Amino acid sequence: MKLLRLTATATLTALALTACGGEKIGDTPAAGASSGAAACGTFNLAVNPWVGYEANAAVIAYVAEKNLGCKVTKKDLKEEIAWQGFGTGEVDAIVENWGHDDLKKKYIDEQKTAVAAGETGNKGVIGWYVAPWMAAQYPDITDWNNLNKYAAQFKTSESGDKGQLLDGDPSFVTNDEALVKNLKLNYKVVYAGSEAALITAFRQSEAKKTPLIGYFYEPQWFLSELKLVKINLPKYETGCDADAAKVACDYPEYVLDKIVSKKFADAGGPAYQLVKKFTWTNDDQNLVAKYISEDKLSADDAAKKWVEANPDKVKAWLAQ
Amino acid sequence: MAATTVPLQRTWRRPGKPVLVAGVLLAWVLIWLPTRGLHTLGLSPADLTPLHHWLNDVNDTVGANRNSSPIFLYFFNEIRAAVDSLVTLLQDLIAQPSYGRPVPVLGWLGVVAVVAYLSWVFAGWKPALLAAAGFVFFGLQGLWEESMDTLALTLGAVLISLLIGIPLGIWAGLSDRFHRLVTPALDFMQTMPTFVYLAPLTLFFLIGPASATIATLIYAVPPAIRLTAHGIRSVPRSAVEATESLGATGRQKLTGVLLPLAKRTIILGVNQTIMAALSMVTIAALIDAPGLGKTVVKALQTLDVGTAFNAGLAIVVMAVVLDRVTTAAGNRVRTTGRVQRFRKPLLVVFGVVAAVCAYLSHTYFWAAEFPDDFAIGSTLSKGADSVALWAQEDLSTTTEAIKNAITYALLNPLEALLVESPWWLVGAVAVLLAALLGNLRAVIVTAVCVAVLIGTGLWQDSMTTLAMTIVATAMVMILGVVVGVWMGRNRLADRVIRPVLDAGQTMPAFVYLVPFLALFSATRFTAIVAAVVFAAPVAIKIVADGVRGIPATTAEAATAAGSSTWQMITKVQLPMARPSLTLAANQGLIYVLSMVVVGGLVGAGALGYDVVAGFSQGQLYGKGLAAGAAIVVLGIMLDRIARASSPSKGSNQP
Repeated sequence: MKLLRLTATATLTALALTACGGEKIGDTPAAGASSGAAACGTFNLAVNPWVGYEANAAVIAYVAEKNLGCKVTKKDLKEEIAWQGFGTGEVDAIVENWGHDDLKKKYIDEQKTAVAAGETGNKGVIGWYVAPWMAAQYPDITDWNNLNKYAAQFKTSESGDKGQLLDGDPSFVTNDEALVKNLKLNYKVVYAGSEAALITAFRQSEAKKTPLIGYFYEPQWFLSELKLVKINLPKYETGCDADAAKVACDYPEYVLDKIVSKKFADAGGPAYQLVKKFTWTNDDQNLVAKYISEDKLSADDAAKKWVEANPDKVKAWLAQ
Repeated sequence: MAATTVPLQRTWRRPGKPVLVAGVLLAWVLIWLPTRGLHTLGLSPADLTPLHHWLNDVNDTVGANRNSSPIFLYFFNEIRAAVDSLVTLLQDLIAQPSYGRPVPVLGWLGVVAVVAYLSWVFAGWKPALLAAAGFVFFGLQGLWEESMDTLALTLGAVLISLLIGIPLGIWAGLSDRFHRLVTPALDFMQTMPTFVYLAPLTLFFLIGPASATIATLIYAVPPAIRLTAHGIRSVPRSAVEATESLGATGRQKLTGVLLPLAKRTIILGVNQTIMAALSMVTIAALIDAPGLGKTVVKALQTLDVGTAFNAGLAIVVMAVVLDRVTTAAGNRVRTTGRVQRFRKPLLVVFGVVAAVCAYLSHTYFWAAEFPDDFAIGSTLSKGADSVALWAQEDLSTTTEAIKNAITYALLNPLEALLVESPWWLVGAVAVLLAALLGNLRAVIVTAVCVAVLIGTGLWQDSMTTLAMTIVATAMVMILGVVVGVWMGRNRLADRVIRPVLDAGQTMPAFVYLVPFLALFSATRFTAIVAAVVFAAPVAIKIVADGVRGIPATTAEAATAAGSSTWQMITKVQLPMARPSLTLAANQGLIYVLSMVVVGGLVGAGALGYDVVAGFSQGQLYGKGLAAGAAIVVLGIMLDRIARASSPSKGSNQP
């Protein structure tokens, strides 16, 4: 027994040492130390956890690496923590920011560790949505005045004797409780708690033709899978949402923008110039988001595909 | 019911106690009817109390002074640097391209060989084979690098946990005073939701592996401390007295008697620490911890159940491998007496083989990077996808019905009673129950807990969460008793079910959130089901262990007396396993509470939502922190009331 094992191992050892060659590590030059990195240096890019953001980050990172020779370090972080990273020098840029006036006040005005770097070109739309089958079957549901008529249909185990209005991820600011109250709607806001919960709910609603009304937003990769229909709330006018408790109007259109660390902006390197000039449309973003989410490309491959199809847009970001 | 069937046990000191408890509950309902809706201390999701504002300010002040305060420059930064270099070293060794090389120092072949060799040396043949198979499986899944990152982070956290935990555990084992002092702190560390301290941690220790390791550490160190202390405390008095009579010094007593005799329990602590560390993998990914957790979180963004499952499965496999190896190593400690004749030469031979493999994986690409020709990852994820889809389409009508039945019959009435009662009524009932079931201490603790809950400003949310917690814990206990007794009585059932339980405990909740959401919608019930999946395994395991621990002679006597199976279970096995049932309820409760935050992600609202919101939005940070504290307080309160009512008061804390 012992002998057998010894022989076996001896054979294996001999085999390993002599017979198998294969490519040796170190024969080829190491991949990391390519030239050109010196001009740009390391670029710390925060990646917030939603696919639309990932699309922005993917394209910017791809261009920064391929065209500018930067070494891009992507950091997966929630927004709040990404903003903190400006102060500690661990994050250079956030490339899709939704509002966050409190964070702007804290980090841009008070601590002065961050600066705004312009719009991304994406328009953020927030509102109440229903699945397409509902809008087709009940065309007048898209007018908020008719919502009470349908309240009973939206009843669930969570909403008591009222209709359920499903709200989502706590990251997004919502006026929905005030809206329900001030518009005298017979609804109860139920918090799904995550984007995954919202999307699953809408998917089920369409697949099983079950009534569902909920908070949603664009740009969003899911809209390329299922075209949700927006409910028209009373039109937004400047200042109608000034008092959070008295809001009775639709959400404003959010202008999504980019935030960078002050140090990064002051240094003014090529990566900063790229971030500053980067802008595209909701359709652009949704396309890259679709590559990532539905076609399951890696972020890098998705970016490559889009960049190669849109050389003009990329050229404009790189122009001096 | 127990009181009538178990006359032998001193369960109730006064015969009228169950009647009194029922009376209190009846009075509650009667007072509730006219007072419902009064003094419920509601607070809407966006509203804040002065306490929440103050906590926000504290957080801001810390952030603003980050770069100037000496505490940061000379204390936190030093800790960070040390932890960071340890984790980076481990990553360089097995996970990340390092030292100018395109691959880590040890490639897959080397890691597999070294792991198998170490498992064989410390645990034996079977665990070694399992370890090798498990590690090769990571490569086949196409997740080699991610798995090694996770392993590096876990090892880093576990090493530091043991470095801190074992000395503290020894201290707690020797000193009653320190033990009393440290126990509530450990409870706190285990029940405080991780989400609450993730953001502050990155403030103290910056973004990156160091923060992730420290977050993991906070959750993983308590079992090491507890079990080391437990091991030292369980050393028989006679052994200690014998050494004392021989005039041994304190040091000799410790190294010569206490530590060797406590070794097995300490290894169990190591095992539990590893499990706890692995369960933090996905949460830590939210602050950029590398590894499998990232894959899970990214997959959740696109609701890609298959990919999340594939990565989750790798975590489960890693947990099972590490569990079996450390458990076998722990059992081996007892049986070191019989050394085989061949062991020494084999040690050398296999050592050489492992070294050769390590060398090869250091030198050649084929041994360094796992070949992707045999990838089964995509097959696995496609399979998981189609199973999930089938369940969502074909089962969801049934599951909706179950959800509705339990929600309307059980959850809604209970929640109405708790949430719509005036706070003073609920508080009075809690204190009365503590008085009836327990002692003065329980009364004081309960009263303080009620006061703190009111102080957090989140009374109503706490009551909503409490209702869910009670329903979930009840379901956990039903499962625990039914499956636990079955497993305890039947070896085969045990062998088949145990891996399923392991998976339930270690599969990250993020993986099954999406299918559960499809099955049960975004509801409180989904949160309850998720909590049950996580908490039932531990309850089942403890009950099974208790049933199996009943002396064979007792069971034989009952069989000889002509008991039927049913009588055997209800009259002998369950009553005799009563301490295990109490422990199962206690652990089940703690595990359910640790899932409150996950519940917040799937529609449970209340405290879980508050915590998640605090993590996501700066102005809600203080409220999230208060919600985390409320969860801890709920845990303490329920635990004290439940423990006070058990026959063996608190003696079964592990």
